[in-house]
Amino acid sequence: MNLEEFRNFTIRDYHALFARGELSPSVLLEAFFRRIEEVDPLLHAFLFVNRENALERARRLEKEWKGRDLYPPLWGIPVAVKDNICTLGIPTTCGSKILEGFIPPYNATVIERLERAGAIIIGKTNMDEFAMGSSTENSAFGPTRNPFDLNRVPGGSSGGSAAAVAAFEAPVALGSDTGGSVRQPAAFCGIVGLRPTYGRVSRYGLVSFASSLDQIGPMTRTVEDAITLFEVISGKDERDSTCAPYPPFSREEIPPQEDIRTMKIGLPREYFSEGVDPRMVKVITAVLRELEKEGLELIEVSLPHTNYALEAYYIVAPSEASSNLARYDGVLYGMRKGGDRGLQDMYFQTRSSGFGPEVKRRILLGTYSLSSGYYDAYYLKGMKVRTLVRRDFEEAFATCHLLVTPVSPVFPFFLGERTKSPYEMYLADVFTIPSAMAGVPSIAMNCGYEDGLPVGMQIIAGPFQERVLFALARFVEQMLSLPLPFPEIGPERRT
Amino acid sequence: MENIYVTIGLEVHCQLLTRAKMFCRCSTDYIGKTPNTLVCPVCMGLPGALPVLNRKALELAIKTALALQCEILPEVVFHRKNYFYPDLPKGYQISQYDFPIGVRGVLEFTLQGVKKRVRIRRVHVEEDAGKLVHEGPDLRGAVSGVDFNRAGIPLVEIVTEPDLHSPEEAKECLVMLRSIVRYLGVSDGNMEEGSLRCDANVSVSLSPEMPGTKVEIKNMNSFRSVFRALSYEVERQTELLRAGKTPVQETRHWDEVRQVTVPSRGKEEAEDYRYFPDPDLLPFCIPPEMLQEIQATIPELPLQKKERFMREYELPEPEAYILAQDRDLAEFFEACVREFPSPRAVCNFILTEVLKNLNSLNIGIRESKVTPSMLAELLKMVERREIGISLAKGIFEEMFRTGMGARDVMLKKGISFLTSERDLEKVVREVIEKNPQSVADYLRGKEKALHFLIGQVMRATKGQASPEVVKNLLLRELSGGE
Ligand SMILES: [Zn+2]
Repeated sequence: MNLEEFRNFTIRDYHALFARGELSPSVLLEAFFRRIEEVDPLLHAFLFVNRENALERARRLEKEWKGRDLYPPLWGIPVAVKDNICTLGIPTTCGSKILEGFIPPYNATVIERLERAGAIIIGKTNMDEFAMGSSTENSAFGPTRNPFDLNRVPGGSSGGSAAAVAAFEAPVALGSDTGGSVRQPAAFCGIVGLRPTYGRVSRYGLVSFASSLDQIGPMTRTVEDAITLFEVISGKDERDSTCAPYPPFSREEIPPQEDIRTMKIGLPREYFSEGVDPRMVKVITAVLRELEKEGLELIEVSLPHTNYALEAYYIVAPSEASSNLARYDGVLYGMRKGGDRGLQDMYFQTRSSGFGPEVKRRILLGTYSLSSGYYDAYYLKGMKVRTLVRRDFEEAFATCHLLVTPVSPVFPFFLGERTKSPYEMYLADVFTIPSAMAGVPSIAMNCGYEDGLPVGMQIIAGPFQERVLFALARFVEQMLSLPLPFPEIGPERRT
Repeated sequence: MENIYVTIGLEVHCQLLTRAKMFCRCSTDYIGKTPNTLVCPVCMGLPGALPVLNRKALELAIKTALALQCEILPEVVFHRKNYFYPDLPKGYQISQYDFPIGVRGVLEFTLQGVKKRVRIRRVHVEEDAGKLVHEGPDLRGAVSGVDFNRAGIPLVEIVTEPDLHSPEEAKECLVMLRSIVRYLGVSDGNMEEGSLRCDANVSVSLSPEMPGTKVEIKNMNSFRSVFRALSYEVERQTELLRAGKTPVQETRHWDEVRQVTVPSRGKEEAEDYRYFPDPDLLPFCIPPEMLQEIQATIPELPLQKKERFMREYELPEPEAYILAQDRDLAEFFEACVREFPSPRAVCNFILTEVLKNLNSLNIGIRESKVTPSMLAELLKMVERREIGISLAKGIFEEMFRTGMGARDVMLKKGISFLTSERDLEKVVREVIEKNPQSVADYLRGKEKALHFLIGQVMRATKGQASPEVVKNLLLRELSGGE
């Protein structure tokens, strides 16, 4: 069986084959394992491949479901999971030495929901340590590479999930997005990545980076599959107080295609400024022209506080992180160093050797921002800016249904290109941070290629308006009908 | 010798009586449980676990604040208090900061009959930490472990203004506070078991205009140690001042063994807790009807009860105060009075005999085997002069021990107590016949002879007759009665 035959498959297509008896979950799983064996030594998308457990589960599913042809939504579908989502009995490291060897005794809510829907956890994917980064170079276990060009980064922090889906090591994956960590790597790897409205998906079991920003989102090859995953993982959860009390999303809510043509698309001028790579603007503009031809109205809007959003984010997110990461102290789980030399020494050595430089930088930033005497000038100010950013979006959505922007101002950069300057690295998220700060949903999707590299387009909607987000994304996907990625990955492509 | 001016403020923590912990569903019934058996990812602070507020904890904290006449803030906001300690699994404690549950309350109590009034600065709710357990030959060779069974149990923190002016006042204030939380049913207020904890700020000054130096005292594990630690501290600071020195602003621990306060080791540098609103918990708006519902559950409080006892039962203030301190005892008293409407007698018996027996076992009235009806029955027998008061005390002890009624105790003990005066009359006549000399003496005006005759009757009845009844019978017989 050649996996390439399935490159344009959606979950529904696998189910059709399952139903006809032409494919089984274990055979499909084996095919993905072979693909992983083949390409992952070069990509390093996975931190853990769940070989035995996954196969056992696949066989059990087959047995349980013999003779039935109506499947739960993710039945038999392998799902790659970012390594900051707790999986019962499966290591969860957050890409950090400090959690090396940590095996959660419980499943995150999203994992429970995936499994209830019949999914099979194929493995845990690489990420920037504690989701802090935009290139997956901050992983303590080595970087992931971009399947389109092994010299380039896959984006981050969900770079492992993005690369795995783009390289077809897994059909779908979960990532987490704090300031762009699902959308930016999705764009860098030419796939679909959804950041849901804050509170639409339970965070229970997602290792916290910045609690008021973190959201889990699907990373898929098609909009269709993103919808399917979102249907499964969304909805209220008694275990997460910040989770909105709404039922799971249903694709029935998505408005029909013909309604799209009457929609007004806002183009925020701050996102098409001179800081953006002109080749990217060119590709996106071409898509927008086509949408116009289809009858959609394009208007220019403004999100005036865009430039402050990034600065405020680097106050608010590290502040929360400094507190969220205090629990890694060597007492209960994970790494412990210097335990025989007294408490202070244990804290000092464990945290000094357990955390990487970017995590330390953000803990320091956050600790400083929250310190008495600085709180008002930093954290409180950051929160005020956040309110202004949110208001920007409210005002924009009073005049249009959706916003379309580039996902990142830059193309996937080379490994090591931006590691010297944290600020340069932070800029890669400048277009994904504002909507995260506002808590509104947005989706990143491929809208073409330039010099063999994918170009990502971002669609942003008002809070809990995933339905319109999906409507336009699906419309664009069908309009463009781009081939789904199946990059050839081999050492000869490394230049 | 010049005057000294003592200023004391209390910071009291009470474990709230919820069935589940504050942010997870683990049981709070941790006393005597194997370490780390009442835990889950949430109260262990495992990566990815999130807190979900137990509304009951909030309700109990609001109830406490309402009973202390606080203004209730409309929005409940939880803050993270960040610091490192092994008993703190998340590296921060979920607490409250600038939006506590209640502010500006009042607590009243009396000290030797004088009414005192302490302002309450704030009442807030927070989670308890785990407990460090050391094992090994000495501290150096010890292995330290952490028991998280206690971690996440809801606490209400009550902070008073520095309105207390002596260790006696501080202790009495704490006693009243415990009495109130017990009345409310929000906490069992047990200092020895740690469900009520008290820290104090003490400052002493030689002039009322000059504020003293604030010294914080911790590690006081009983009411007695609160009193002793504060007395020690007042004396220590006074001596320093008289020697022309200034006390250092610091935290000191009460050393129960040596009965002194000593400076706390370490953790001395002013800690910056970096409070900020917990992003895992959304602010909670208290609906007005929730406040009304909680207000309706607040019972008559100790001071109100005391006033009523003085009014309704004409009890003296000190007795009424002691009874009212303990809600169970007060209710026992009232139930008993309903069956034996002689409040003074009931009160006296409770405050002497009942308390003595309860204290000897260190239990509360609720745990005792004696019911109000049983006590009423006993007191009725005394009133009817069927038994004397000293016999009644002995019978009560036995009732208390066995749970038997007064008559059953007497039967079992073979106390064939004289049920009718007719039986007693027979004995009295016999004694008169056998002691003509004493009768003659008495009739000649010798009072002592009467006592001798009473003694003879008592001996003949093996002490089971009421001396009062015997005396009356003798007088009747000797005056040629009938
Ligand atoms: Zn728990």
